[in-house]
Order: sequence, then C-alpha cells, then structure tokens
Amino acid sequence: MKPVFMTYTKGDIINFIVLMVLAFLVIPMTITTGYWYSSILIPWLCLALAAIGQQIVMGYAGQLSLGAAGFMAAGAFACFNLILRVPDLPFFGALIISGLVAAAFGILFGLPSLRVRGIYLMVATLASQFFIIWMIDKFGWFKNYDSSGIITAQNIVIMGKAYTSPIDMYYVIVIVVTALTLLAMNMVRGSAGRNWMAVRDMDIAAESMGVSLLKAKLEAFAISAFYCGVAGALFAFTYLKSLEPVAFDIKLSFKVLFMVILGGLGTINGAFIGAAFILLFPVLLNFLGNNVFHGMIDATIISSIEQIVFGVLMIVFMIYEPLGMAKLWETIKIKVSSKFKKKI
Amino acid sequence: MIDSLLFFMEVLVGGLLSGTMYSLVALGFVLIYKASSTFNFAQGAMVFFAVLAFVGLMEFGIPFVVAFVLTIFVMIGVGLATERLVLRPLMNQSEDTLLMATIGLGFVLEGLAQAVWGVEVRRLDLGIKDSPIPWIADNLKLFISALDLTAGVVAAAMIIGLTLLFKYTKIGLGLRAVADDAGAASSIGIPLKHIMLLVWSAAGVVALVAGMMWGARAGVQFALVDLALKALPVLIIGGFSSIPGAIIGGLIIGATEKVLEVYIGPFFGGAIEGWAPYVLAIFFLLYRPEGLFGEKIIRRV
Repeated sequence: MKPVFMTYTKGDIINFIVLMVLAFLVIPMTITTGYWYSSILIPWLCLALAAIGQQIVMGYAGQLSLGAAGFMAAGAFACFNLILRVPDLPFFGALIISGLVAAAFGILFGLPSLRVRGIYLMVATLASQFFIIWMIDKFGWFKNYDSSGIITAQNIVIMGKAYTSPIDMYYVIVIVVTALTLLAMNMVRGSAGRNWMAVRDMDIAAESMGVSLLKAKLEAFAISAFYCGVAGALFAFTYLKSLEPVAFDIKLSFKVLFMVILGGLGTINGAFIGAAFILLFPVLLNFLGNNVFHGMIDATIISSIEQIVFGVLMIVFMIYEPLGMAKLWETIKIKVSSKFKKKI
Repeated sequence: MIDSLLFFMEVLVGGLLSGTMYSLVALGFVLIYKASSTFNFAQGAMVFFAVLAFVGLMEFGIPFVVAFVLTIFVMIGVGLATERLVLRPLMNQSEDTLLMATIGLGFVLEGLAQAVWGVEVRRLDLGIKDSPIPWIADNLKLFISALDLTAGVVAAAMIIGLTLLFKYTKIGLGLRAVADDAGAASSIGIPLKHIMLLVWSAAGVVALVAGMMWGARAGVQFALVDLALKALPVLIIGGFSSIPGAIIGGLIIGATEKVLEVYIGPFFGGAIEGWAPYVLAIFFLLYRPEGLFGEKIIRRV
C-alpha cells in the first residue's frame, strides 16, 4: 500500500462545495420521505464515521483492530449517562466528552499494540470488544438501573430546541460528520498521518527514522476510538433511538472492518463508499427478494446470500484490488476521462 | 476444608477438560499456521460448516460412519477449493492480506452452511452423556462429565498423532520445509499444491472432530463460531506454531476461566468467562509475545 500525498487543489475545493450544496440544500429539498433519512442516510453517515475511525487505526496506522463496536458502545453509553446526569450539558459537549471516554478505552486497549502486531493485536482488541460490552451489561449504573435491557435514548436538544424529526437529526449528523471528516483529512495529510503511514509501512524503519512508535500508535488508537465513540453515540441517539449493549456486538465490529477493507484501506473516501455498500447491499437484496422473487426466497437464505457475497467480495478484493472500491473508482475515473481527452 | 478443596479440584478438573475442547479448535489453526504461516481465521467457520454438514447428512438417515466419511470428503473439497481459489492467487502476499482473505472465507463458509442446512439449532447425539461418570463420582468424589473426558482423550490422541506425523514422516518434513520457506521448498521439488491441500484437508477433519464435541454439548448452532473465537487466546498462550502449545494453552485457558468464574465472578455479577481469556492473553502477550512454545519472532527491516 503506497501512501498518497495530496495537496488541496482547486478541484478539491470545488468538490467540497458541491458536496456541501448536495448535503445541505439538494438532499433536504428533493428527499421528503422520512424513510430515506431514518433508514439510509442517517445510519450511513453514522457508520461512515465509525469506518473513518477504523480507517485511521487500520488503514493509516496499519494496526489490525477488531474493537470498533466496543468503542461505539462506550461512546453511546457515555453520551446517555452524560445527558442523564449532567444538567445543562449541551448535546455537542456531551458528544465530544463521549468521544473522549471512548478514546480513553482506545488508549488502554491500544497498549498491546506497542508489543505485538497483526493477528496478535487483533486478539488483544477483541478483549476490548468483549470487556466493554460485559461491563455495560453487568453494572446497572451504566444503564441507570433499567431492568428491561432496552433504554430509550433521550431527545437531542440543542439550544433549547428538540431535534426529533428525521430531517432535523440528519442536519445534526451532517454537521458532525462534515467537521470530523475535514479534521480526519487534515490529520492524515499532516505530520500525524505521515507518522502513522510510516509505522504502517515498516514500524522498525519508522522508529529508526525518529518516529515515536509509542506516540504514533497510541495516538492512532485514541483518535480512532474517539471517532468510533462519537459515531456510536450518534448511531444510538438518531438511528436506534435506544441503547442496548447487544446492538454493539462483535458482528458490528466485523461490519465496520468490512467497510474499510471493501471501501479501500488508507482512504477517507473508502470509509464512505464501504459504509454505503455494506448498508445498501442487504437493502437491495431484500428488495429483490420481495419484488422480483415475490418472497419465494426464504429470509434466512437471503441473509446467507448476503454473508456469502460479503465474504466472496472480501477475497476477490484481496486478490485483485487490495486498495478497495475507492481505488476502483479512481481507476474508472481516469479511464473515462482519458477516453474523453482522446476524442477531443 | 476438605469439602472446599474437593470443590476446587472439581472446578479445576472441569475447567481443564473443557479447555481441551478449545485445544481441539486451536489445533486446526496451528496445523495451517505451521505449514503456511497463514493465520486461518476461517477455522471457526470450518468447525461450524463441518459439523452442520455432518448433522445434516445424518438427518437424511445416513448412518453415523458413512456420514462421518462423507463429511471428511466434503471438508477435503473445501480444502481443495480454498487452495485453488484463495491461497494460490494470494501466494507471497503479506500475512495481513491472507488474514483478511480468510476472514472473507469464514463468512462464505458460514453463509453457505446456513443456506444449505438452515439456521435452526440441531441436536447431536454421540451416545456419550454430558453428565458425571458414576464410578469417578462415587470413588473420588469428583464430578467429571463423560463428554469432557472423551474430548480430552480425543484431543490427546490427535495431538500425539499429529506430532508424530510432523516429526517422523516424509510428509511432515515437507510441511516443515514449506513452513520455513515456501519458495526454497518448492524449488527443491516439494509439491506446494499438494502440501497445502493436505494441510487444509487435515484442518478440515480436525474441525469436524472439534465440531462434533462442541455440538454434542451445546447443540449444533451458529454460536459455535463465537466459541471458536476463544481458540485465539489459546493460541496466543500456547504459541501459533506449536501443537503441544495448543493443548497446554487450552488447559490454561479452560482452568483459569472456570476458576475465575467460580471464585471471582460472583463479585462482578458473573459471566466474566466472556472476556477473561482475552485479558489473560493480553498479559501473556506483554511478557511472552511468541507464546509458551512458539518460535521467537524475529523481524528485519
């Protein structure tokens, strides 16, 4: 995997403006059904944010981690408790502190990365996944001694106004995701990102060049967990609208892992593309099952097919395009544009 | 005093024996790692796939032995397909890439198994009861499950067999050569393809045996895949490339998790079995990253 350094060109700025116009003007004006927001756009943006977190630790710093859902759970429950127990705490403040709580867990469970790598590290991060979920489940305080197991998330209140309708929540999420994505893009371009990539490509070489492994690795884990924590809080408050530890089990961690691998390791775009694919493919499959085959195919078969396709794609991408869909997209763009140029 | 000591012994023995169940799963990982330095994340899925195929065949009224042999052939088929479609195109890729590919393979196998055989929990009756053996219970006052004991014996037999195979046969020598340096091994004429096929098939058979033991205890169901994840801390403790390490690691994990659960668990509301093995593995990683019996990891720039 080669590092891709880039500077902001005029094209980038135009792209950014186009995206912002799309996100804040075109989408709210054209899409009016709540379904699109609550079932597709909102979970997509939340999961993409978690995928950016996974991307930072895995795609940029090269540390295999399988604990994204654990950090998401930490963020979600931190946010719930902050809003519950701290009066007058603004929502964005709670969101940032939840991210920091998750980051603290990230540092703690990132410590083994200083000694081990690869599969060994993956096992260590699995510990975080199981431990965090267990902790939330077993200590009633985190769930405010709720016995039903499913807690309803509080309303998002910003400046005295409750944001409860899908489109309102969408605005909240778009603002957070935009800010954090810009931050991530700058981080990976800056010295932090270069250090991560140096560690990823060859940690011993990076160390001998003066990169502090301790700092670079723990930084990556902390920031990754921060992103996951914020994503988890948003996921629980806007998409699930409830908090239950089961929603953040190991399956979700695998999903986030798939997003970055299929989307493309080491790209921020890849996080968005991967999240869209992992989220939309099952929707598409269900749609086909219901409308083309009219429910002739059993629901369990459909979910099995989904699993098989994800697995096959994972293998196929590893063999033919280890840099994922983001790279594929770039290649297509270059081919198309070069054809156009030839014609002119 | 004597009672509490007896109780401790019982917990310990129970833990050790259930640890051998983890060892059985870990053994499959070690086999493949030893021969190809590939970490096969799909081993858990292979356990699930194998035993589900076995139970599925039995449901057609096929007798036990025939179903067992047929499933072995199915697993050889899986090994063949894996070698051809996944491993060969990825030859000489980094370990991390192969790991990702095997995660994908695991998903394919899980999906395939469920698509073919359905998702309901099935019972598997091996004719061995998961209840205390009366003779031991009467004479030694220890309650040891017959199934646990069988799993222990089976694991021991397989481990002895595989160790002998690796140490004293020509195939074993070839396996070790491939593990050491695949390129050099193939240049002196060791058929890499056959070696890989052999190893993956052997891992498939190990998976089937492990799956049968687990299935007899907990039912044949999807949760087996999660149980197989517990083989990972076993491997970390025992070392990825050591067959005896798999059993020692399994014993350590089994005993520790049971003792912790019984004596410390109640203070935290129980169910610490879920994460205790992983935390134990982290402590091992900090002191001995290569595991108890693993080869020292040397990395060069």
